[in-house]
Amino acid sequence: MTKQNKNIADSPILNVRNIKKYFPIKGGVFKRTIGHLKAVDDISLSINKGETLGIVGESGSGKSTLGRVILKLIDATEGSILYKDTNITSMKRNQFRPYRRNMQMVFQDPFGSLNSKMSVAELVEEPLLVQTSLSKKERQEKAIEFIEKVGLRAEDRLKYPHEFSGGQRQRISIARALITNPEFIVCDEPVSALDISIQAQVLNLMKDLQEELGLTYLFIAHDLSVVKHISDRVAVMYLGKIVEIAPTSTLFKEPAHPYTQALLASIPTLNKKKTDEPTVKLKGDIPSPANPPSGCAFRTRCPFAHERCEKETPVLATQGVQHEVACHLLDGQDDVPIATKSDPTLKKISKA
Amino acid sequence: MLKPNITKNTEVSSNQKHNQSPFKLARKRFLRNKLAIAGIAVLILFILAALFAPLLTQHDPTKGDLMLIEKPPSSEHLLGTDSSGRDNFARLIYGARISLTVGFSAMLFTLLIGVITGALAGYYGGKVDNLIMRAADLMLALPFLVLALTIIAILEKVTVGIFVAVIAITSWPTLTRIVRGAFLSLREQEFILGARAIGATDIRIIFKHFIPNAIGPIIVNATLLMATMIIVESALSFIGMGIPQPTPTWGNMISEAQNIRILRDHPEAWVPPGLAILLTVLAINFIGDGLRDTFDPKSNRR
Repeated sequence: MTKQNKNIADSPILNVRNIKKYFPIKGGVFKRTIGHLKAVDDISLSINKGETLGIVGESGSGKSTLGRVILKLIDATEGSILYKDTNITSMKRNQFRPYRRNMQMVFQDPFGSLNSKMSVAELVEEPLLVQTSLSKKERQEKAIEFIEKVGLRAEDRLKYPHEFSGGQRQRISIARALITNPEFIVCDEPVSALDISIQAQVLNLMKDLQEELGLTYLFIAHDLSVVKHISDRVAVMYLGKIVEIAPTSTLFKEPAHPYTQALLASIPTLNKKKTDEPTVKLKGDIPSPANPPSGCAFRTRCPFAHERCEKETPVLATQGVQHEVACHLLDGQDDVPIATKSDPTLKKISKA
Repeated sequence: MLKPNITKNTEVSSNQKHNQSPFKLARKRFLRNKLAIAGIAVLILFILAALFAPLLTQHDPTKGDLMLIEKPPSSEHLLGTDSSGRDNFARLIYGARISLTVGFSAMLFTLLIGVITGALAGYYGGKVDNLIMRAADLMLALPFLVLALTIIAILEKVTVGIFVAVIAITSWPTLTRIVRGAFLSLREQEFILGARAIGATDIRIIFKHFIPNAIGPIIVNATLLMATMIIVESALSFIGMGIPQPTPTWGNMISEAQNIRILRDHPEAWVPPGLAILLTVLAINFIGDGLRDTFDPKSNRR
C-alpha cells in the first residue's frame, strides 16, 4: 500500500503512516459533536533525504492541514509520524520542541507570516533565541550570514517587514526557517502569493539552498507548473486522500488518475494545439470534506464513474516505477476500459 | 554552491531614509493630531499642579478654620472657604492629586486584571476561556455603580487603595473582552503559527507576538478607562460614598453643592472642581481619540 521496500538505499527522513485529521463539527445547543470534517483522511507517505515531494490539490483538499499535522502544529487524530525512525506523533509540546530545530516551515502569506512589530534581525534571530544558547553576538553573526544567503543585504536587518515587498518578505521567512540548520522544511504554498516573476526568483533560491544545505522539502502548492519545477516526486491530493503519487516526470507524462489528468488539462497554455485528443474536464466544485461521497471521493466529478466507485473506496496500488494510483479503473477488475478515449461520456464532456 | 544572489536580485528595496519601527511611525502620526496634543498639555498642567501643590498654596486642605466658614474669594483664600472653613483653592489642587491618582491607578489595576484574564481566555480558549468569560458576563450583568456602592457600603473604612481596588474589581470585564477579542483575531494569523513552528514557549508567544500586536486597542481603551475612573470617583464622592472627608477630592468638593445655599451663593466653591473634572476628562478623551486614530488599522499601511 504505502511506499515500502522502495529505495531502501535512500533512507526516508520522514515517514507518515495512515495519518488522519478529523476536525469535529460542533452544533446544537450543547455544542455536541455532530460530525467530522475529514481534512486529512488516511494518508501514508515517506520522504527521502534531499528530495522534494510536491503536494498538489485544489483548495480544501487538505494539503495545508497535512503539512501542519506533520510539523505537529495540529495534533493528528490517528496514525503515526516517524522522523528518522523516531515516533514524534504522541510527543508532548515540550518534548517535541528540540525537534523543531530540524523541522521548519515556510508559510504562504508573506504579509501575515511575519510579526510586523519585529525587525528583520529580531525575526531571523528568534529561532536561535528559542532553540539555542548562542550569545547575542553569535546570533547576530549567524543572522547576517543567513540574511545575505537569501539575497538580502546585511543592512536590511534593521528594517521592519512593512518596508519590504512580498518576495523579500518570503526571503526573510526562508532565512528564519533555515537559521537553525534544519533538515526538513514544509513549504506551505511559499510562492502562491507572489508575482510570477518573483515566484521564479524565490523558487530558484529555494532550489539553490536545497543543493547547498542538503535540505528536504515537502512542497505544498496548487500551481502545477511550480510543483513541476521544484519537485522530484508529486502527490496529488483530493478530499484528504492521495489519489496519485509518482516521480514528477512520470506524473506529467503519464497521469493515470482521471483527477490528475483533469488537473493537467486545466493548465492554460499559450499555443495549444487543436488536437482531437479529448481531455478530461472538471465540472463543479470539490465536495465538502464534512460529507464526502461514498466510495471513491472523486466519483461525483469523474467522467468514468461507475457502480463500483460508489461502493468501494479505491486504495493506492502500484502502477509503475514509484507510481501509485488509487482508482478502480486501473486494477483490471472491471469491464470498464482504462480511461478509454472512446468512452462516449468522455466525448460528450470534452465537447462541452 | 550558492551564487551571490544579491546581484541578480532585482527587488531589493529602494534606499530608505532610515528604519522606522511601527511604533515610531505611530508616534509620528500621533504627534500630528492637534487635539490630542492639546489634551496632553492640559493633562500635564494638572499633573504639575498636583505635584507642586505645596508650592502653590500655604493652606492645609484638610484643616478647617471654623471662624472662616463660607468666605467669598479674597487674596488670602483665592476661591474662598468651604462649609468647614477649609481653603477651596488648596483643596482644588490637592484634590487633583487624589483624583488623578485614583484615575491612573484604577486604570493600571484594571489593565492588569483585564490583560491577564483576556490573554488567558484568548490564548488558551476552551475551558479557560469559558470560565473567564462567564465570570465577566456575571460582572457585566450587575450594574457597575450599584455594585461599587454595595461593596463600599459593606466596607467599614474606605481608603484610596481600597477605593481603587473596588473600581478595578468591578470594571475589568470590559477590558478582558477587548483583549480577548484582539487575541482571537490574532490567533488565526500565520505569524503566530510561525512562532509555534520555531518552538517558542507560550509566555514568549503571548508577550512577544500577541501583546505588541494588540497594544493599540489596549492602550486606547485604557486611556478612555482612566477618564471613566475619574468620573466614577467624583460621582461616588459626590453622593458621599467615595473617599471620605476631609480628604480633598474633586468629587468631595462638588458634594458641597448639595447645599442649596452654596449652590446659589458660592459658585466659586463648586464651579472650579467641576471645570477641573470636565477639562481632565475631555483632555484624556482627546488623547484616547488621538491614540485610536494612530492605531487604526486603516491608517496603518503595513
